[in-house]
Amino acid sequence: MSTLDTATDDIGHDHHGPASGIGRWLFTTNHKDIGSLYLWFSLLMFLTGGVMALMIRAELFQPGLQLVEPGFFNQMTTMHGLIMVFGAVMPAFVGLANWMIPMMIGAPDMALPRMNNWSFWILPFAFAILISTLLMEGGAPNFGWTFYAPLSTTYAPPSVTYFIFAIHIMGMSSIMGAINIIATILNMRAPGMTMMKLPMFVWSWLITAFLLIAVMPVLAGVVTMMLMDIHFGTSFFNAAGGGDPVLFQHVFWFFGHPEVYIMILPAFGIISHIIPTFSRKRLFGYASMVYAMASIAILSFLVWAHHMFTVGLPLVGELFFMFATMLIAVPTGVKVFNWVTTMFRGSLTFETPMLFAIAFVVLFTIGGFSGLMLAIAPVDFQYHDTYFVVAHFHYVLVPGAIFAIMAGVYYWLPKWTGHQLNERMGRLHFWLSFIGVNITFFPMHFIGLAGMPRRIPDYALQFADFNMVASIGAFIFGFSQLLFVWNVIQTVRHGEKAQARAWEGAEGLEWEVASPAPYHTFATPPRVD
Amino acid sequence: MSTHASYYVPEQSRWPILASIALFLLAFGAGTLINGITHETGGGLGLLMVLAGALLMGGILVGWFGNVIHESRAGLYSAQMDRSFRWGMSWFIFSEVMFFAAFFGALFYVRTLAVPWLGGEGDKGVSQMLWPDFTAQWPLMNPPDTEQFAGPKALVDPWHIPLLNTVLLVTSSFTITLAHHALLKDQRQRVVRWMGVTIFLGITFIGFQAYEYVEAYTKLGLTLNAGVYGATFFILTGFHGLHVTLGTVMLIIILGRILKGHFSSQQHFGFEAVAWYWHFVDVVWIGLFLFVYVI
Repeated sequence: MSTLDTATDDIGHDHHGPASGIGRWLFTTNHKDIGSLYLWFSLLMFLTGGVMALMIRAELFQPGLQLVEPGFFNQMTTMHGLIMVFGAVMPAFVGLANWMIPMMIGAPDMALPRMNNWSFWILPFAFAILISTLLMEGGAPNFGWTFYAPLSTTYAPPSVTYFIFAIHIMGMSSIMGAINIIATILNMRAPGMTMMKLPMFVWSWLITAFLLIAVMPVLAGVVTMMLMDIHFGTSFFNAAGGGDPVLFQHVFWFFGHPEVYIMILPAFGIISHIIPTFSRKRLFGYASMVYAMASIAILSFLVWAHHMFTVGLPLVGELFFMFATMLIAVPTGVKVFNWVTTMFRGSLTFETPMLFAIAFVVLFTIGGFSGLMLAIAPVDFQYHDTYFVVAHFHYVLVPGAIFAIMAGVYYWLPKWTGHQLNERMGRLHFWLSFIGVNITFFPMHFIGLAGMPRRIPDYALQFADFNMVASIGAFIFGFSQLLFVWNVIQTVRHGEKAQARAWEGAEGLEWEVASPAPYHTFATPPRVD
Repeated sequence: MSTHASYYVPEQSRWPILASIALFLLAFGAGTLINGITHETGGGLGLLMVLAGALLMGGILVGWFGNVIHESRAGLYSAQMDRSFRWGMSWFIFSEVMFFAAFFGALFYVRTLAVPWLGGEGDKGVSQMLWPDFTAQWPLMNPPDTEQFAGPKALVDPWHIPLLNTVLLVTSSFTITLAHHALLKDQRQRVVRWMGVTIFLGITFIGFQAYEYVEAYTKLGLTLNAGVYGATFFILTGFHGLHVTLGTVMLIIILGRILKGHFSSQQHFGFEAVAWYWHFVDVVWIGLFLFVYVI
């Protein structure tokens, strides 16, 4: 990891340091501070959601009811999903965007710095509301993270009202964050940084931000209709008044499907930086990568009903959504092909970020293939709501999104802290996570195909062995994340001094500034050729 | 991409964290209040939180926007900053478009698929087994279960108040454009006059809409509880009405700023942002008039 380039000139750095004390974090308008806040918050939520996952796996270690009440089990699955999606994965990507996008495009900060602070600080309040529902009468939301009506309306605990307002605040946070990112990318690029020279992470976020602005308001709309049904006597999701519970699913998944790409496109961007760096080659097929992401984004608006094949769609709907879904494999395949081709004949080294990146390519592809299986409507009638679905989306989210976030954190940590990370501990963390994740989620394919339904605290005896294996894997994976926490904290505090170009093959403006990056970078924009 | 040298990055600000606290009070308070009313456990604390949150948020909005206006008038904002605001407002309006799209989507789904299926039509007509006597129609005057959801007795006649409101709102889109043209020519008096007309039209619209709601509830039996027609009617017109109200408040603030001598023919994005918003509200109304009232 020695860098060839020893340039440590901090381009356009003015000597304004951060404020001191807690006020620095509460009142900050600095994109690096806000990026750090997002990342720490995301880590806290990742551990919180992780504890809930371990409670689920502990209960499922053996058949029968041992540890928790079935009602509480349902609250755990619901809260685990909500916290991981809205509290861990999304804020982590926004944090990375805050830290990296201004540095990557040569901008002095985000376009709207005060709004940037607000986008972050409403999140802890939203999650305080959401998590406080655990202590309320009737318990926390227990209807699954997809909160289908009428479970979430007619049969919901009273805390659903707080859940609705928490979702509203999270949506505001995402919309404001996305507006800021789009304005930054479109308006703050250094002279000479044309669109087709944008770093791939920036491109991935431009497309993601568009998706966020397009679908978060739809989520706000659907929870508003829930609120009206619950408290104000409307019948959007009640057939007795002429509405339709299936309407809920349509509106929800019109948000929900683009949402899953919101959680993977920035990961694509991160991986597209790490693989070229450690292959010491340029990314293969830059333009096709951009077009692939744009195609995935457009297709994401046309496939939502593949989550609803068993709900009773007209045949023509089943067929349309089946084929449209399969089309997504084409641009995704282009991306996987380009990553592999970037590595082909490169001079590869396998530092921690690269290990996570390669695992991402392999394991995300497995998740993609099980997605293709689920896309086949007649086959989905068997798979629907089984552990096969659980296996599928955890493969794309854990060794997909989460591994990419970890790869990104390890990759950019020297830039943020000025210290090289502990490589041995990083690799140990990688191998334990890699093994743990596969032991956890691979057996779920089998028990899912054999018919074990999701979201149940107890199960038939024939699923016992694989459940026990999965639970062991979950605990390995869960506890090995403490290594990650420890490594990050140690790297923040001390470690071998990192150079400006912390990794030998790293390219891009962010590696031209010193490590740690000065508090203000590019107050005057650099010239990009 | 010009004038990069002077992008203004503000110093630390206490507004966002205060606004976060206000938003928390509003959200948690609203939840407590609404739950208290529905479950008859009283929501006094919730009401208190909502009021405190609203008061705090009002103060913050004045202070925060005051900051921005001050910075703008001090000449701290470059042309590039202006473009950031323009992108920001454009994408915000796009997000609003998608918010209404969710409700329009619900309306189209219900009237073209869900209600006909309940009436026994098409592929999914089996759901008629639930209420065999139900006949599909739109607007839905007799919901499947009339005990639970008594349908409306009559509907709002589109060719009276709604037509009048359409005329008012479309006219106001023209008058605000006239105000803008006057501003571009630095003709203060005409700006003030056309802004005044626009605000008057906006307030009249809101008044008529309120009158229509009272009529709907007291005479027509068209309520939130009147089945899915009432639900879609009120959520679409209600959110639109809230947006017109917000737009009118913003217009009044802009008028106040004009009277204070803010804005020049070159620099007046605050004015333009509100004008964009007003046009957006107008376009949504055209959609409402067609798909909720007429067709």
